[in-house]
Amino acid sequence: MRHVQLEQFARRASYLHDVDPRAKVAALGLFLVSTGTLPAVNLWAYLGFSLILLVGVALGNLPLPFLLARASAVLPFSLTFALISWIAGDTQRAIALAAKSFLSTFAVLLLIGSTPLPDLLRALASLGAPAVLLMVIQFLYRYLFVVVEQAVRMRLAALCRGGSAYSGGHSSAFQRAAGALSVLFARSYGRAEGIHRAMLARGFSGQLPVMTPSAFRWKDGLFIGIAASLILAVRIGYASISTY
Amino acid sequence: MQASPLIEVRGLTYCYPDGTKALDGVDFHLSEGETVALLGANGSGKTTFVLHLNGLVSGSGSITVCGMRLEKSNLAAIRRKVGLVFQDSDEQLFMPSVLEDVAFGPVNQGLHVGEAKERALEALQLVGMKHAGGKAPYHLSAGEKRRVALAGVLVMNPAVLVLDEPTTFLDPPGQRELVNLLKRLPQAKIIVTHDTSFASALATRAVFFSSGRVAGEGEPAALIKRFEWSAS
Repeated sequence: MRHVQLEQFARRASYLHDVDPRAKVAALGLFLVSTGTLPAVNLWAYLGFSLILLVGVALGNLPLPFLLARASAVLPFSLTFALISWIAGDTQRAIALAAKSFLSTFAVLLLIGSTPLPDLLRALASLGAPAVLLMVIQFLYRYLFVVVEQAVRMRLAALCRGGSAYSGGHSSAFQRAAGALSVLFARSYGRAEGIHRAMLARGFSGQLPVMTPSAFRWKDGLFIGIAASLILAVRIGYASISTY
Repeated sequence: MQASPLIEVRGLTYCYPDGTKALDGVDFHLSEGETVALLGANGSGKTTFVLHLNGLVSGSGSITVCGMRLEKSNLAAIRRKVGLVFQDSDEQLFMPSVLEDVAFGPVNQGLHVGEAKERALEALQLVGMKHAGGKAPYHLSAGEKRRVALAGVLVMNPAVLVLDEPTTFLDPPGQRELVNLLKRLPQAKIIVTHDTSFASALATRAVFFSSGRVAGEGEPAALIKRFEWSAS
């Protein structure tokens, strides 16, 4: 069975893994707001935020190159907008767009890489996230890989019968891809009906039950306190520097 | 005086939306302690029939479960009595962790989350999967998934267990373990299967479906011979 590597990292043991997911979500929220509201480019502020993230990586015993590579996935999108800003003559905005998006993505990966999804969903539910949204995330995560495996099996079946991505020209390849997608959609629809039946058979009435998260400990409070102090020190420190 | 059956079905008929007749006047009964194997060709109506017992599909005719006539007003009570284990365990295990999945039914029954978890752990222990409570369902093997799916139904303490093709995706040791596990469970059982050796090992009676009708019933070995339903 194929799994996301991040999910495997999330099941490791470390100081960061042990912190209550609610504390980590709160720290992430503060980090995202602080980076997002930085008014202009300040390399010292970006360096400060990067250092905070590196401390998080060390506390979570997570592989830095892996996280850097994954966080880079956002760059093609953010660099497009950065390029537009740069062409428009706003170099500061261009740098800010690329840096903020990269740091934010890295921070989110740090949370996902140190928190198993069920714990994260429980934390989000107890923090008041909409139940429907959480249900969609839960099902998406649960069945995404089932659908991907189905697609891989279909591709193998095609290869076994001499098919390839480009045989028969681009038009024919497009038609085959469209056909495969429609089959996948139909199968997913059928599976969704099966899942719904299985839920009804066990008394589902429209609301997924939410398991109570574990108790919030003093060390979770300490984590939020230290994380918030560091983030605010960088954010407010930058504001005072830029005042002069 | 004979005790009333756990399940009694009279003249059950069902047509798919495209007009295909899936069930055509099926009569069926299940008594306490019985294990009945439903045999028959693909598309003969076996799965459609068992979906009716849980009120997931509704045709014409009458269905009585534990003395309750199946109707909308008592669907929840009937779903507590009839535990359905689906053919594809991936469809049944939809919660993020094994423990949460098994506790899904009891929470829907109105139990407090803590109590539901306790019962879920007991059910997992019964099927030998207590150690996997914290795992995500997609980390399990096919046999483990089947056991967890069974625990998810057993936790609701049903009077009747319905298993749709339970040996699908299981290797021979997995099938053997499932036979032993099912033999230990006290509930009456209905097993939809193509696996004649599995049916012979468990069933006290077999019912043969053909084109949406009950074509025959009786002792499993005799019925398998009569309909030439053996692979060899």
